[in-house]
Amino acid sequence: MRWGEHAYLLAMKPAPFTYHAPASLDEALGLLAAHGEEARPLAGGQSLVPMMNMRIARPEHLVDLNGVAELSFLREEADAVVVGALVRHAEIERSALLRRVAALLPCVAETIGHYAIRTRGTIGGSLALADPAAQWPLLAMLLDAQLTSARPGGTRTLAARDFFIDIFTTALEPGELLVSASFPRLAPDEGWGYRRFARRHGDFAIVAAAATLALDGAGRIERLRLALGGVGGTPVVLDALASAQQGRLPGPDIWEEVAGSAARAIDPSGDIHASAALRRELAAVLTRSALGDALARTGAHR
Amino acid sequence: MSKSLLRLRVNGETHEVLAEPRKLLSDVLREDLHLTGTHVGCEHGVCGACTVLVDGRPARSCLIFAVQMARHEVTTIEVVAQSGRLAHLQQALHETHGLQCGFCTPGIIMTFEAYLADNPAPSEAQIREVLSGNLCRCTGYQNIVRAVLAAAARRRAEGPA
Repeated sequence: MRWGEHAYLLAMKPAPFTYHAPASLDEALGLLAAHGEEARPLAGGQSLVPMMNMRIARPEHLVDLNGVAELSFLREEADAVVVGALVRHAEIERSALLRRVAALLPCVAETIGHYAIRTRGTIGGSLALADPAAQWPLLAMLLDAQLTSARPGGTRTLAARDFFIDIFTTALEPGELLVSASFPRLAPDEGWGYRRFARRHGDFAIVAAAATLALDGAGRIERLRLALGGVGGTPVVLDALASAQQGRLPGPDIWEEVAGSAARAIDPSGDIHASAALRRELAAVLTRSALGDALARTGAHR
Repeated sequence: MSKSLLRLRVNGETHEVLAEPRKLLSDVLREDLHLTGTHVGCEHGVCGACTVLVDGRPARSCLIFAVQMARHEVTTIEVVAQSGRLAHLQQALHETHGLQCGFCTPGIIMTFEAYLADNPAPSEAQIREVLSGNLCRCTGYQNIVRAVLAAAARRRAEGPA
């Protein structure tokens, strides 16, 4: 064994790369297009840099987005809130705007990793990484966020359900950069719930459940949304199950029934973190709890 | 890959370092600037030992390339004690036996230097949530939590210094 060949087994240091620090989005897109598959955009670096340190990722060109101010914004629209790809989890956590129009985003941001991870990690990085157990892919799927990407000379917008293809796989093409995510506002009385199970605080969830609930004037279910993370290659949205609850009176019995149906509707696979049976069980338990939280947060109960 | 001249601001001073772009901030701090108070544990962002402040906010220096810091202010453990006097959290860690081997301690202090500025009166649960990002294999964390509570109280009474 030659020392040089296997040095990476002993030291966690990235392979050499050419560093680019574009000052504008156009410049960044030009660099990404010019270098294609040899380039990786660097946002918060909380997933890419560990992969580079372990040499799982070895980009020839690193395009650092941290100086691209155009990617760092929060914008309120009539029925949505648009979050720039470079917005840090900690900024989402502290955003008064988001607390007002889509409180589940900042509240769920608090559960990402650790304090010193959230100060760097970005929503765009998390969405583009597409870990099916991560918070932002789950919420994007739950709310069917509109994800806008750019390349030189054009942009396109994909619904989250078309953006996420499989584990760590999105519809983004080489040279294409995710620039923003548009989340629909929640109605003023709409409740939400997010529950996760992880072995250690700050780990990626083994399974996570997210729900929103709006009630009509009579206190019956007007609109229910429900999605699960960690039970497939992408987060799973349970549309049919959720819409079938319309008109019912919400409460523990219904939640128990929905939780059981959710666990039967998914097809998780087992891995070193959890068996398929455990994931199914967690899906039921977390769904029931998330639905309970959503009901407790609806206007009628606030 | 060739080395280039990197400029970075650390602890209020401007430094120029000849290094490759792939050199981690943690390694530049330790090897080029000889600021060895920043400890390197896991080198993939899990243990928290290498936590420094970037523009006043805690960050893992093993997940940042030094070349990225051209326009940012880095603060390390070396300047936390001022004029020979320990900061409140350092003093409290000493008094409550909040460290044994001390390897994780600089990362914990940098994390809470920033956190206590944001949240001067944290609950024990909040302290534990923040502390979850820093691994300590000696103490079992109980005395670190006590130290942060004590430091927060002193900070409120006497100011940040």
